[in-house]
Amino acid sequence: MHILPYLVAAYVFVTGCYGLATSRNLIHAVGCLAVCQSATYVLLLAVGYRDGATAPVFSDIAPGSRPVVDPVVQALTLTDIVVGATVTALLLALVLQIAKRHGTVDPDELRELRG
Amino acid sequence: MHHLIPLLVAVPLLGAALLVATGRVLPRIAAEITGFVVSGGTAALAVVLLLNSEPPMVEWIGGWLPVGGESVGILVVGDGPALGMATAVSLLTLAALAYAWRYFDEPLGGHSGAFTALMLVFQGAMCGFAIAGDLFNAFVFFELMSVVAYALTGYRIDEAKAVQGALTFGVVNSLGAYAMLMGIALLYARTGELAMTKIGRGLDATGHGGPDALVLASFVLVLTGLLVKAAAVPFHFWLPDAHAVAPTPVCMLLSGVMVELGAYGVWRVYGTVFAGPGGIPAADLTRALVTLGTLTAAIGAVMCWYQRHIKRLLAYSTVAHTGLFLVGLGILTPEGDDGVALYILGHAGVKAALFACAGVLLDRFGSVDEHALHGQARRLRATGVMFAVGALGLAGLPPFGTALGKSVTEEAVGGPLTLVFVAASAITAGAVLRVTARVFLGLGPRPEDAEYETSGSDEEPETSGLLSRIPDTMTTVPAVLLAAAFAAGVAPGFGAVVARSVNEAGSGGAHVFVHWTLTGVLLGVASSVLAVALAGLAVTRPGWTAAPGWAAPLRRLQSGHVGDYVAWLLMGATVLGALALPGVLGS
Amino acid sequence: MNRLRLWLLAVGGAGLAALLVAACLDLPGFGGRRHPYGDRAVQASLARHTANTISSVNFDQRAYDTLGEMSILFAAVLGCVVLLRQARDEHRDRPEPAEVARPVRRYALLVLPVALVTGLYVVAHGQLSPGGGFQGGVVAATALHLLYLGADYGALERVRPLGVYETSDAVAVCAYLVLGLASVLAGTAFLANTLLPYGTFNTLSSGGTVPLLNAAIGMEVASAVVVLLAHFLDQAVEIEEEQGS
Repeated sequence: MHILPYLVAAYVFVTGCYGLATSRNLIHAVGCLAVCQSATYVLLLAVGYRDGATAPVFSDIAPGSRPVVDPVVQALTLTDIVVGATVTALLLALVLQIAKRHGTVDPDELRELRG
Repeated sequence: MHHLIPLLVAVPLLGAALLVATGRVLPRIAAEITGFVVSGGTAALAVVLLLNSEPPMVEWIGGWLPVGGESVGILVVGDGPALGMATAVSLLTLAALAYAWRYFDEPLGGHSGAFTALMLVFQGAMCGFAIAGDLFNAFVFFELMSVVAYALTGYRIDEAKAVQGALTFGVVNSLGAYAMLMGIALLYARTGELAMTKIGRGLDATGHGGPDALVLASFVLVLTGLLVKAAAVPFHFWLPDAHAVAPTPVCMLLSGVMVELGAYGVWRVYGTVFAGPGGIPAADLTRALVTLGTLTAAIGAVMCWYQRHIKRLLAYSTVAHTGLFLVGLGILTPEGDDGVALYILGHAGVKAALFACAGVLLDRFGSVDEHALHGQARRLRATGVMFAVGALGLAGLPPFGTALGKSVTEEAVGGPLTLVFVAASAITAGAVLRVTARVFLGLGPRPEDAEYETSGSDEEPETSGLLSRIPDTMTTVPAVLLAAAFAAGVAPGFGAVVARSVNEAGSGGAHVFVHWTLTGVLLGVASSVLAVALAGLAVTRPGWTAAPGWAAPLRRLQSGHVGDYVAWLLMGATVLGALALPGVLGS
Repeated sequence: MNRLRLWLLAVGGAGLAALLVAACLDLPGFGGRRHPYGDRAVQASLARHTANTISSVNFDQRAYDTLGEMSILFAAVLGCVVLLRQARDEHRDRPEPAEVARPVRRYALLVLPVALVTGLYVVAHGQLSPGGGFQGGVVAATALHLLYLGADYGALERVRPLGVYETSDAVAVCAYLVLGLASVLAGTAFLANTLLPYGTFNTLSSGGTVPLLNAAIGMEVASAVVVLLAHFLDQAVEIEEEQGS
């Protein structure tokens, strides 16, 4: 299968969305958001892959001796990971405060904002 | 000159970092002055760059100039719309900092500059998004702006509503951003490029005579991210929850410019990436944006009318107005673009001023509830007058800048859609006038409470206690903002300058002449009269304008449940795909 | 769970899944040869004597993205400091000394210096071998927290003056920005890597400003992670709600 890795990314993204929509616990929901983001890592890295290629680091291979995978997507993924980690931290901080102020982390029981 | 464009990002960030580095020893007053200097300096830089933006500038960061048309660097654009947005962002940040001056409660031992630093990062992030010419870079600044906005929205951690609103905001916007990144990855896979113009050319070159499923999917995903930011229906649910609870100076920025940056992003990305023969045909974009925009305007206006929480009411009016912006951009004419640019500028001033006035109520009475405050604010005359003037600006009463923008857009849109513009602006303005009449004048009976709604009572003031006297800064800032919105409409040649710089950057270089027309003025006056009539009716005959049965299900949709909002986001992406599908099938 | 949400989820999810699968079918096959930007990035990296192309992309070619990314981390840390502050109805308790099993203590204290040195090594060799400021910074910051596992929170707090880390986080951000602005002052573009010689390929000093920006990021990430974890740990260990609230 030549497109299997892409399909994995699509599957991971949709799964994350499903978890997010049906979550009964906000910490779990933040985890699901991280799952959605993992889909972007998979997709980016899959897009940059080249058959039979190695890492684009030339400290131990001579330039041009072997094909290398796309370094740009790797850099993008690194950025993406940092973004994901920080967003997760910030959202967890908010969940912590919700637990204190509302006494629950079940989204079904948050009744402050509606209508 | 073009080397200075990235400084719009670097200077506020440097200011924020310096504030944090010295935060433990710096007295509050010094931190605030630093904030002013940095934010004001950036605003001055943005103005200077804007004045030199003809012809449009491009800057390759790191000096990676293209060799043979190819570059490995990132480009930022310095054209009229980009620098105009950066200027609006910077000036509004300055106004918000002035509004927060000394009185805003900062309960942080040893971090005297934390709030100011966050505001500066927010400014830098929004400027960075405005000038981004590289799609991935746009995503990075989109996320930066979101992250700061989440933190600022949840700033008042003692409030149960604030932390809930901030989390909803965070989850929905981050999901939108990841959808956008999926779209960017698909575009990179197809074209192997990240600069927007290069992606656009790549799509045209590799497309087999037209768009395919990959182009459609990337279009839907990228637009999902941007429309979440722009709060288009059905991606809009986070906005009222977040804007109602954020501190007032933050609301001024969120409603005044951040949401509009989403609409700006749609304009920029469609124009540079998807407008070519390999992208999404114009008819499909028009269908998608006009449909979603009209829905957004209608739902925003209706929901705005039935609010009693004043900040939430203003938040829904922002939803309604972004709907109008999307309709104006969606018709893809130079006149529409010009009108929306002017409308956004005028709206930023008016909406920020209205939020500033609502903040005065909050700090004076510890409540932003229309029912609880009935007749309470009779003595706040200046604020009351400004609230009413702001409402008329929202309605598009000539010669406000909003009126000029609205009339140009209406002219461009034409036909039955004009009705949407008149109705949405009249209803939202009517709701604000109703609040003015009840809260500042004490007219009519005290309205009855509904069953499913958010009340604005029992809120903590943002100052360190209830204010007994309103400080001058809190009155001056909204006055200046309203004056600016007024000036945007009357300053001779302002409309023409905006139109020229917008057309220079997009619209195929077609130049159109922007001016007041008789129809536009009449429609503006009609909206204002309608708004006054609606408000009068609501105050004197509350029974007639109370929520009818059909509005209840609509209100129930705004459930405050993050799972519902995520499900709506998926539904929205599907609808967007369906609306843009015919062009793909046809090619 | 309400029915409307299930319906929306079913229809919306199916629509999105269909869209994504259709897009996958149109993507170039996995492992394809065409990577124009990637090939150019490799050439540019070699031309500037940076052995690790990914570092060259991160700290030279797309250093502006990294600026944004660093700012996200900076803003998130600042945001967490603000969000996890001591609320009006809370007070701080002194953390209680904890009992630690002897093997855990021995192992943690043994690994701590190794982890710290590994982290610094990974930062220092960012432009040569896989890794760099982000990865090394995280390793170094986590190393310190072995003290929490091996001893107790009090011991960690003694080696972790939070103010110093908060300041060094901000100073690292300043350093990155100042390096970028220096090239504007020199009359070239923001973040241009033209101020320093590119050095000998595959040595520690190669790559011009790449090692400097990399070091700034390493310092920022290490400090930021320490501050971030400190605030979460404070919530767990020190900050208590007032009784009766």
